[in-house]
Amino acid sequence: MGYDLHFNVIWRNWDKLWGGLLLSLELAVLSIGIGIVIGLTLAVAHVSGNRWVRGAIATYVEAIRNVPLILLVYLVFYGLPQAVDIRYGATTSFVATLSIYAGAYLVEVFRSGLEAIPQGQLDAGRAIGLTPWQRFAHVRLPAMTRITLPALSNTFISLFKDTSVASVIAVPELTWGAQWINLNTFRIVEAYLIATAMYLVTGYVLLFLLRRLERRFRIARHA
Amino acid sequence: MTEPLLAIRDLSKSFGTVQVLKSIDLSVNRGEVVSVIGPSGSGKTTLLRCVNFLESYDGGSITIDGVEVGYDEGRKPRGERALARMRAETGMVFQSFNLFPHLTAAGNVMLGLIKVRGKSKAEAHEIALHWLDRVGLSHRADALPAELSGGQQQRVGIARAVAMEPKILLLDEITSALDPELVGEVLEVVRGLAAEGMTMLMVTHEIAFARDASSRIVFMDAGTVAAEGPPAEFLATADDHPRLSAFLARFRASHF
Amino acid sequence: MLDAMLYALPFLMEGLWVTIEVSFLTVSISLAVGVVLGVALIYGPLPLRLLVRLFSDTIRGIPILVLIFFVYYGFPAIGIDLASFWAAVTALTLFKTAQVIEYVRGAVQSIPQGQTEAAMAIGLTFRERLTNVIFPQAMRRFLPPWINGVTDAVKGSALVSLLGVTDMMYSINQVIGRTYEALPLYILGAAIYFIINYSLSALSRRLERRFSFVQA
Repeated sequence: MGYDLHFNVIWRNWDKLWGGLLLSLELAVLSIGIGIVIGLTLAVAHVSGNRWVRGAIATYVEAIRNVPLILLVYLVFYGLPQAVDIRYGATTSFVATLSIYAGAYLVEVFRSGLEAIPQGQLDAGRAIGLTPWQRFAHVRLPAMTRITLPALSNTFISLFKDTSVASVIAVPELTWGAQWINLNTFRIVEAYLIATAMYLVTGYVLLFLLRRLERRFRIARHA
Repeated sequence: MTEPLLAIRDLSKSFGTVQVLKSIDLSVNRGEVVSVIGPSGSGKTTLLRCVNFLESYDGGSITIDGVEVGYDEGRKPRGERALARMRAETGMVFQSFNLFPHLTAAGNVMLGLIKVRGKSKAEAHEIALHWLDRVGLSHRADALPAELSGGQQQRVGIARAVAMEPKILLLDEITSALDPELVGEVLEVVRGLAAEGMTMLMVTHEIAFARDASSRIVFMDAGTVAAEGPPAEFLATADDHPRLSAFLARFRASHF
Repeated sequence: MLDAMLYALPFLMEGLWVTIEVSFLTVSISLAVGVVLGVALIYGPLPLRLLVRLFSDTIRGIPILVLIFFVYYGFPAIGIDLASFWAAVTALTLFKTAQVIEYVRGAVQSIPQGQTEAAMAIGLTFRERLTNVIFPQAMRRFLPPWINGVTDAVKGSALVSLLGVTDMMYSINQVIGRTYEALPLYILGAAIYFIINYSLSALSRRLERRFSFVQA
């Protein structure tokens, strides 16, 4: 009770929060990009692969989805260097972790996207003499993109929120920025109040933009 | 002359700016079967739903046995519980059956008996079996709705409504969702109930059935009662009403 | 590597108990509150509906980690000073409640309006309609995502270690602090989390089949 809010300190350290937000977005964009590559590759492998390939992919998906993200972050940053002789910084380590994490969720998204394409369309593609690769590029991929876009948007927003976990290995993103202000100025309530607002506003602005993009894509495809 | 069982007076109802019921007057006496026919959008289903207060109404009154349906003396909407118990006095059978998919045929009939009528499980089960037998389905008492044909589902729907011993039964186009070959079995059940003196108000597209089974036919058009009378008389004088004869002509063209 | 794991196991088991406690509290409180608020979101008067909508959308827009810090460090400013354990439980419960609200909304709204009308027509009151007609049918749609969400609660609970709550994640880091054997311990921890969550999702799949009576 009787806590007086002083936002001056926050504005003086605004670059920590603003820079942090930009880095959070960057981490999310990189991770969804790499995650899409992983997810799409494995989804195609799953559809066309044999029992062993499918088993391996299922193991990856289940392993990642059933373990807390924070543990994966620790594992990759502190654990892995004990076994492999590669040096990497915290940011690289986190992007790698979040990408692998995103990939596990996106395999499922792309897999159901691939399976949702009516056999008739593929048969039609075959009937007009398209090669397997052409059928994939011109029939499957466009149809799948349309189906998976909403799930991709949701995954992206959720990854953006997950970037806050990077603060535990001192990646200077938004949550870390709030912690820094806390440690250096003790204006903890203000720091988290502003950081929370920044997550909320950014998240909903992103959601709004992505929904518009989805709409535009749907219309363009149908035209 | 005795007070009618159902008395609808000067009833009006709007959805937004569209007035769907315009000063409707209609009464149904004890033991009467009244059929409401009319083009779609004429307000007949809305009228039926008002009687059960599934729709509220803006003006006028609906009384059953002299008691106003949806509002108390001060024209305030009735409380949740009073309204629910009031609804139990009117049975309703729906166009799309609306059976509870998680309950068996018997379970569908028993639910209201147990919760509203306060019967024990055993009593309710006995009553349910009696009514399922009446609609020719005692052998399917333990079947889930999904395991029944459309006609069977609708017969369970009727059993569910009449088992509550309502004062009046409301039937809302109960055969429109059925394949033609299943219509007969459902109408047969309704005919039997009519013969036993069940008071009914039904919205229907089955003109022939309305003619044979009703004591009165009401023709609704654009939110008003445009014509009404005993079936024979009503159909004989149809030519006097251009809208009614047009409606019947369209029907004969497509259904006979 | 195996030695390190065996050495750590007893410590981890103590932490595991706290993890289970946090998860259990979170899941059960959020279920009770979430169902009530979910029903309020669908059937409540407009101001209440808006309030619940605002609550759910706000909470779901904040990273859980930030929510945990916010409750622990921020709430004292408005006079609510919670011990780290309860701050963590409160934050996770807020988050989970918002999820439950959405599951309830989705499940209840998937039931056709005709079911409510049929239940009204035989004279059931609002409460009777919910318990006898709506909820039994909504269960089928509610259970699978909800149980999957239980795994989210278990995973989310690992974040409470950051407040110094000695859950399993915290215990793992504690042992690593003594032994410097990071890799085997994180793998062991991952395996334990995996076993719990995988069993939960297997259970969810089984329940999903059990409740999939055919919809009419």
